[in-house]
Parts: sequence; C-alpha cells; structure tokens
Amino acid sequence: MTQTRNMLLNVGPSHPAMHGVIRMILELDGEKIKDVDIEMGYLHRAFEKMCETVMYAQCFPYTDRLNYVSPLINNVGFAMTVEKLLGIEVPTRAQYIRVLMSEISRVTDHLTCVGASAMELGAMSVFLYMIKAREYLWELVEEITGARLTISYVRIGGVKADLTPTFDENAFDKIAEVRKVLIEADELLTRNRIFFDRMKNTGKLTAQQAIDYGVTGPFLRCTGVNYDVRKANPYLVYDKLDFEVPVGSTGDNLDRYFVRMAEMEQSLRIIEQCLAQIPDGPVVAELTGEVMTAADMVDHAKMGETEALVEDEVLLDPTLQGSTKKYYEGISADKKSVVLPAKENTYGNIEGLMNHFKLVMYGHGIKPPVGEVYTAVEGANGELGFYIVSDGRDNPWRVRVHPPCFPIMAVLPICLKGDLMADLVPTFGSVNMIAGELDR
Amino acid sequence: MSLTSPTGFLTSSVKDALGWARKFSIFQYPFVTACCGMEYMATNCSHYDQDRFGAGFPRFSPRQSDVLFVVGTISHKMAPVLKTVFDQMCEPKWVVAFGVCTCTGGFYDNYSTVQGIDTIIPVDIYIPGCPPRPENVLDGLIKLQDKIQKGEQSRTLYDPRTKIGRPEELQSGYTIEGHIKHIETLS
Amino acid sequence: MTPLERVQQQFANGIIETHAFRGDETVLIRPACLRSVANFLKDSPELDFNFLMDLTAVDYLFFAGGRVQKEHRFELVVHFYSSTHNHRLRLKVPVDEKNPEVDTLSDIWSSANWYEREVWDMFGIKFKGHPNLKRILMYEEFQGHALRKDYPFDKRQPLIGPAN
Repeated sequence: MTQTRNMLLNVGPSHPAMHGVIRMILELDGEKIKDVDIEMGYLHRAFEKMCETVMYAQCFPYTDRLNYVSPLINNVGFAMTVEKLLGIEVPTRAQYIRVLMSEISRVTDHLTCVGASAMELGAMSVFLYMIKAREYLWELVEEITGARLTISYVRIGGVKADLTPTFDENAFDKIAEVRKVLIEADELLTRNRIFFDRMKNTGKLTAQQAIDYGVTGPFLRCTGVNYDVRKANPYLVYDKLDFEVPVGSTGDNLDRYFVRMAEMEQSLRIIEQCLAQIPDGPVVAELTGEVMTAADMVDHAKMGETEALVEDEVLLDPTLQGSTKKYYEGISADKKSVVLPAKENTYGNIEGLMNHFKLVMYGHGIKPPVGEVYTAVEGANGELGFYIVSDGRDNPWRVRVHPPCFPIMAVLPICLKGDLMADLVPTFGSVNMIAGELDR
Repeated sequence: MSLTSPTGFLTSSVKDALGWARKFSIFQYPFVTACCGMEYMATNCSHYDQDRFGAGFPRFSPRQSDVLFVVGTISHKMAPVLKTVFDQMCEPKWVVAFGVCTCTGGFYDNYSTVQGIDTIIPVDIYIPGCPPRPENVLDGLIKLQDKIQKGEQSRTLYDPRTKIGRPEELQSGYTIEGHIKHIETLS
Repeated sequence: MTPLERVQQQFANGIIETHAFRGDETVLIRPACLRSVANFLKDSPELDFNFLMDLTAVDYLFFAGGRVQKEHRFELVVHFYSSTHNHRLRLKVPVDEKNPEVDTLSDIWSSANWYEREVWDMFGIKFKGHPNLKRILMYEEFQGHALRKDYPFDKRQPLIGPAN
C-alpha cells in the first residue's frame, strides 16, 4: 500500500542566507510548508553569565556584540539602564551625540538587512550598493569612535569622546551619498516585477498574532500597530526631534521592506536635526599652556609642579583623544564616583589618578544601590530591553537582555504556514534575525 | 629531485603551475556565524574587493569549495556541524580561522564557546582581530595564497594541555618572569 | 489609578510586597495566585496588558555576599506592557529551590512559550502545563543549568574536542 507522508527538510545551521546560524526543519507537502520547527542556540555566547563576572564598565564590549550590525543602540540601552539605577543625568550634548550615533547604527542595520535579503532574491547589485553606503557610514563612525563595527563608545555617565571638528561636514557629505544609494536601490527594487511578486502576500502576519507573540519593531509596525518606543516613552532627546514612524497595513514582506526603507530616510532626517540642534561644546577657557605628552605630564606632576600644569594640555594617544578637559563637561555627567576624570587630571595630579584608580580596580568601581530596573530603547528590530539587578557591589548581579528578534522567531512558523518553500527566503530575510542578539 | 634530472624539473614545475592555478581561484565556503561576518561581507564587496585575488565567489556547498573560512564564534553546539562540514570537503582543502573567537576563543572564556577551532579541525591561517579590519583579512588571504602555492597544508590539531600546535603569538604566554626578561632585553 | 494600585486593590491578600524603585512598579505575589493575576491583567479593560514583554528568572543564592538573605532562591520576573494605555508592570513570583515549579502563562500570551523554555534551560524552573518544555539555547546533552550561581562560568562540556 503506498503511503504519502510529508517531507522533512533541514535548512541547517550553516546556510547561505547570511543572517546567522539557525536551524529550521520544514515539514513540506510538495512545495507547501505545513510546519516549521526552529532550533536556535548555535551562537549562545553566555552574555548574561559573562556580565555577572565583570564590572559594569567592562560589560560594554559584550553588549556591542549582541546586535552587531547596530552596536551603538545596545551600548546606549545598557548605559541608560545603569544610569537609571544610579539615578544620574547625562549632559545634553552627550544625549544628542548618543541619539546621533544610534540613528547611524539604525541605518547600517536596515542597510544590511535590506541588502542581504535583496541578494538572496538575486539582486546582487543592490547588495553591493548598500554595503558601499554602509562603508561610508562606518567611516563616519570610525572617525569618532576609532572602530568600525564593535565600538564600545558609550560610557556610564556619557560618551567616551567628543565629536571631531570635521564631523559636521563629513556627516553631511556621507548622508548625501547614502541618500543617493537609497534612491538607486528604490529604483532597482520597488517596481521590479520579480521582487514585487516574491515579496507581496508572502509571510503574512495579522496584528492580533503579532501582539499575542510580543513582537515589536518594524515587524509589528508592518501589521498596522503603531508602537515605537521613541514615541511612546521618549528617552534621551527624541521628544525634541521631529520624525515620523512609518506604519504598514498588510503585514507581508513587501510592507516590511517599505517600512525599513522609510525608517532609513527618517533616521537620516534625525541625524541632520541633531547636527543642527546640538548644543555647543563646553565653554571652557582655552588652555593657554604648552602641549605635552602624557609621560612628560606625569614626570612634572611627580616633581610636584601641579599648579603649573593646570593650563597645560596633554597630547594623547589617538584612541584617547576627545576626553580631555576641553570636552569633558559636554560629554560626561558630573559625578566623580561614576565617570572617569579628564585626562589632564589623570596624568597631572594625584586626585585625578586616585579617582581613576578607584573606578577601574577590581572590588572598587561603580557600585549602584541595591535594586532592579528595566529600560527599553528602540533597537533596529524592536524593543531592546535591559533588566539589571544590582546587589550593591561592583559586579552586576543579573543582566537580562530582552532580544527583539526572539518573539519574531517564535512567530515565524505562523508567518510561513501555507506559503511555498521558496517564500522561506524572503520571509526569513525580512525578519532580520541577528544570531548574536537571539542567542546572546 | 634536482634541477638537472629531467623528471624533477617537470614535476616541480607542474606542481608550481598547479599551485599558481589554485591560489588564484579560491572557492571559499564562508561558515559565517557572528559579528566577523559583517567584516567578511565588507571585504567581499566593493571597497576592499576580494575578487581581485580570485577569491570573490563563495561556493555555498562544502563539496565544491576548497577553503573553509570559519568566520565568527563557534559554540559547543555548533562544533559538530563544523566538523561535519570540514569532513565533507574534498582534498586539497585549507582552513582560515577568521576573527579571534575562532583563533583562541576571544574574550568568551565560558561554558559554551570553543576556545579556538584548532582543537577540532586543523587550521592553516589565523587572522586575529575583533573583528579584523579588511586590510588584515587581505593580508591573511595573501599568506594563504603563499601556502597554497607551496602546497602546504596544516594537519595537526592544538592540544591545550601541552600547548603544541598553535603559533607563539596566539598563546597567552604572559608570566612575570617572561615579562622581566623582556624588559631586560630592552635595555 | 496606576496599575500597581489596581492590582493591590484586587488581590490584597495574594501580594507579598510591592515597590516602585526608580519608577518601575513591581509587585511580588504568591505562586498560587499567578494565573488569576495574569488573567486579570490581560482581561480587565483599565489595565489591558496585551504585551508580555519579557519573562525571566533571577537566582538569589548568596546575594550581596550573603548579607541579604531571601527566603526563596529563585524569583520569576515577568514584564508586562499595555499598548493601549502605555503603562508597564513587573510581576515577580518567588520559586523554591527544592521544588522549582510554577504555572505556565503560555496559553494566555503565546510569547511566554519560548521564554519559559529558556528559563527551564538556564535555571531549571519547571512550568506546569507547558506544551513543549525542552532546552532552547543549550544542547540536550548539557548537564546542569547554566545561569544558576553554583554553575561555574567556565565549566565546559564539549560534544567533540578537548575540555580545556
């Protein structure tokens, strides 16, 4: 007697879709997908356990590598949570810098997502153009933070270094280039017959299902629910900026593509407004003394000439520039127990050195009060939440990340039921699953 | 095999020609897992083109590729998959450990990360960096091309107890005595 | 009235303690009334918590170096959000060490399904009535529960390769 059974197809952990490692076992009836079983955890790097073993300021490199295409948003989220726990305020200029860099990260994330999913559908040139645009933005990020991808730029109480003097004009040039690329990609994709047919009516999701599964971000907004953390609970300076939140209507892949493209344009608008509105750097009297290297300053300080050093400026390693006295008040909160002192003080007098030591030695450092907080920021995929429990010592007791793509992967089987097997590729591409965030 | 013996000259120049052909037509299998994948994509695309080295077209099947680029952290859950993919490749094959997580485990010294993939599969080129800049990647690619030209392949795994099998620069050999000796050599 | 006051009004005898540290309203309830509180949070129109944002657990073994002793070892922490009223609430449930079992919330909010699997994987807390309680982040052969405080952070259990 012949029997018909459904076929199990394993889309294995290592697969050409370059979004990350995940295993999907599809149950197929011919070409139709009947069910999907998702197995994750292939990139579990124990973020939460590692954070418990290090100090608060040392957690930043680990947070970079959570959602590695938009690393600044993770940094900002963690810093905001610890600042809420400590109850300190960050100066306005640092808030503008954080918003600016977050929006650059958001644009790089959406560029990677749309580019990679376009490549998987066969549009190779769009991928190359979007990666070119991403390189421009990474050059901008590298100018300020020193690194392209894993930047660890934000500190608790502010940011690490101020913007460079040439940043404004570079940023406007690069934004113009990115806009050109977005227009090119739009021309290549939006009215393209193949792209349109493959993305329309595939991977559909209703608003009710999305809310039931706790989905947030572009995946939720494409179904018609208007929830964006930047508008609902405005944080940093988002309430002073004028931007729109694009909301879709049908909940299929094409709407997600449109939502992401529109969000990129809105992020570029936010960056321009930030550069226009940012308050000027701190009004500190220009240091009129000589410029000396850090080693010389230490030698002079050891000889006891600390009053003579007040006017002098220190010549730093390029990775430390931007954190001297000239920029200090604009980028760091006014709390000595949390923020590292300005570099002239660290090298020039013993109080600054002691302050620095007390913040970096094991057993000392930032010690928040006993308690627990939860803060949410708008990540590129949705609500990125950090829940930190502190026991009063220098290591966090528990750091929990609410990853935005976790509920999205949970709802993926529902999106895929009834679709053809080839629709797996655009749907999975539009999820923008970042394995570093999903598995932590 | 000397230059004067006719058979020696012929086989060695055939070997050279084969090495030349292989090194300029690298078919990679990008085993991409984590953040280094972003720098891998950047190296592959227009700014830092990999295609000018002949390595621009990844083959997404281990049966058809000859260089396995392991890009990104390998966890213990993923390790058997990596070994399977490596075993499926045909000879000659080379392995590039891209990123410090694959070289030594990076700063993920925890219960779920493999402390260097050379404990599981033999590695030819180590490209450290977190993530390595595209210039580093291209430097590693050129070194790989030298290795392919000579036809050398690595066949040894790293044994963490005896610390044999991994280059000196990747071993954290910091001891107080070694540091003191190093300072003495400077003066 | 705030969500915390409404819950206090409704379940006065099920609540162990409440606080609003830094503005986050939190309520610690008895495990027995978890399902009735959850149904109330979802169904009552003035609360209308339609998003179960996050479900996780915290291990309080040797908290603050032993200076603070809690009666229970684990605490299940659930974060709720309402998109209609734009308010949040944190619900905490104490879980015993000897019998770590709680009721499941996966039939009320489907997002709880995978979160509870992760809590089982990382902490070993069982959920009564969960349809598919398997490990999600670690592999099945892994012994122990990784985020517990008595599991050392560098104890590796490799499937292949040396256990350095």
